[in-house]
Amino acid sequence: MPKVLKTPLSEEVVRGLKLGETVYMEGVVYTGRDEVHLHALEYLEKGKKLPVEFKGCALFHCGPIMRKTGDKWQAVAAGPTTSSRMNSLEPLFIEKFRPGAIIGKGGMSQPTVDAMKTYGCVYLAITGGAAVLAAQGIKSVSGVEWFELGMPEAIWILNTGNFGPLTVAMDAHGNSLYAEVNAKVKENEKKARQRLGLA
Amino acid sequence: MVTEEDIQNATVELLRKTVVKLPADVEEALRKAYASETDEVPRMQMKTIVDNIDMALKGNTPMCQDTGVTIFYAALPKDCKVDVEKGIVEGVRKATKEVPLRPNAVHPLTRKNPGDNVGERMPFINWKVHGKDYIEITVMTKGAGSENMSQLAMLTPTQGLKGIKEFILGAVLKAGSNPCPPTILGIGLGGSSDIAMKLAKEALLRPINQRHKDPEIAKLETDLLEAINMLGIGPMGLGGKTTCLGLNIEYAYCHTASLPVGLNVQCWAGRRGTVRIYPDGRTAYPTHER
Ligand code: SF4
Repeated sequence: MPKVLKTPLSEEVVRGLKLGETVYMEGVVYTGRDEVHLHALEYLEKGKKLPVEFKGCALFHCGPIMRKTGDKWQAVAAGPTTSSRMNSLEPLFIEKFRPGAIIGKGGMSQPTVDAMKTYGCVYLAITGGAAVLAAQGIKSVSGVEWFELGMPEAIWILNTGNFGPLTVAMDAHGNSLYAEVNAKVKENEKKARQRLGLA
Repeated sequence: MVTEEDIQNATVELLRKTVVKLPADVEEALRKAYASETDEVPRMQMKTIVDNIDMALKGNTPMCQDTGVTIFYAALPKDCKVDVEKGIVEGVRKATKEVPLRPNAVHPLTRKNPGDNVGERMPFINWKVHGKDYIEITVMTKGAGSENMSQLAMLTPTQGLKGIKEFILGAVLKAGSNPCPPTILGIGLGGSSDIAMKLAKEALLRPINQRHKDPEIAKLETDLLEAINMLGIGPMGLGGKTTCLGLNIEYAYCHTASLPVGLNVQCWAGRRGTVRIYPDGRTAYPTHER
C-alpha cells in the first residue's frame, strides 16, 4: 500500500520519504504558481500578513479550471503546471515559508534541491496533463484567495483525499530523480548520436 | 445556407470534442507506450495518462486543465458568403464558458486577461480556400508547457542534414521533462523563418502513424524518432522508454543560401480536431468519429 501523507506535514514525515516512492495526499493543499510566489514574497517584504499559512503545507504548482455553481467552487480540471518556471523564486519561498511539499511537474533546479535539504521539503511529481485524475482527488474547494490574480494564478484552497499518485522525485536529503535521469540521458545521448550518424 | 450561428455551434462542439478526446492515432500510441514500459516509475506515469484519457471521456471533461490557446485552420469553399471568422470567435467565447475552457489568452505585455480566450488576433485563424463545397475548420488547442519548448534555427546550407539532426536532438535534450513527454514533434524544413515555424505546427496536424510521402523525409522522421527514444528521458522526464510518440516533418523549398528549421513541440495531450460543415448545415467530425 502506498503511503498517505496528511497535511500539515511534519519535518519528520517529510524527511522519511524516499526517492521514487509513490504517495497520496490527504488534507488541505494550496495551489500557487508564478504570481503567488511573486506576491507572497512581496507581502513578506512589506511585512503584510498572508491570507494562508504555508508552513508544513503542500503547495501545488497548478492553474486549475474551476466552475462556480451557486456559491460553491468545483475543480473541473487541475493538473500541474511546469515547475521550472518557479526555479528562481522557490528556494527563497521555501526558506521563508517552509512548505512541507511542492507538487508539480518536470522537477526543479539544484538550488531548490538544496533548499529542500536544508529546510525539510520534498518535491512530489504528479503526472502532467492528467487533470481529470487530479481533480478526482480534490474532494472540495474551501476557498480562494488573491482571486484578482486570475483563475489560473489565484490561491485555491483544496481539500484533498486520495490525491495522486504522486512520485517523490526530489527528497529532503539532496537527491533528485531528475538529476539521476539526466545522468543516464547523458550516457544515452552517445548512442542516439551514433544512430543519427553524428558520433 | 450555412449561417454564422451554424459556424458558432460547430466551433463549440469542435472545441468540446477536441479537449475531451484525443484523435485515434495519438490514443493508440499512448496505449502502446504504456504496454511497452517495464520499470515502475514510467509505467505508473503512463497508466495515469491512459486512465486520465478514459476518465475525461467518461465525464465529458477536458483531459488537461491547460486547454491552450486556440489555433484554427479554416478552409472555405470558393463562394463562401458566411462570416466564418465571427462564427469562430463567438464559438470560442461560448465554449470558454460552456465546456469550460480555461481562460488563457492574455495581452502579451500587460498580461490582462479578458476571461473569454478572445483578444487581439486570438483565436488565431489560418485561412485557405479549397475547391470543396463544405467549410472545414480544424483546431489545435495548444498548451503552453509544450509550446514554450518550440524553437527556430536559421542554419546554413553547409550545416545540412547533420545540422538539422543536431538542432532537433539538442532541443529535445533541452526541453527534457518540461513539455509533458511523451511528446509529439512537428518539424518544418525550409521556406523562410516564418514558414518553417508555420510548417512545424502544421506537421502536427498529420496523424503520427502516417509517414511523409517523400521517402527521404520519411526516413528522417523515422531516424529522428528512433534516436530520440534512445535518450531515456521517458514519460514526464522521470526516465523510461518512451520520450516521443511521433515525429512529423513538412517542408518547403527555400533560398539557396539558407536552411530554416522550425520545431514545434506538442505534449502527450496532442489535441486536434476537425469539423466539416456542409451546405445544408450538416456537420461531421472526422477526427472524432469513433
Ligand atoms: S504540456 Fe500539455 S499535457 Fe502538459 S499541462 Fe500543458 S497542455 Fe497539459
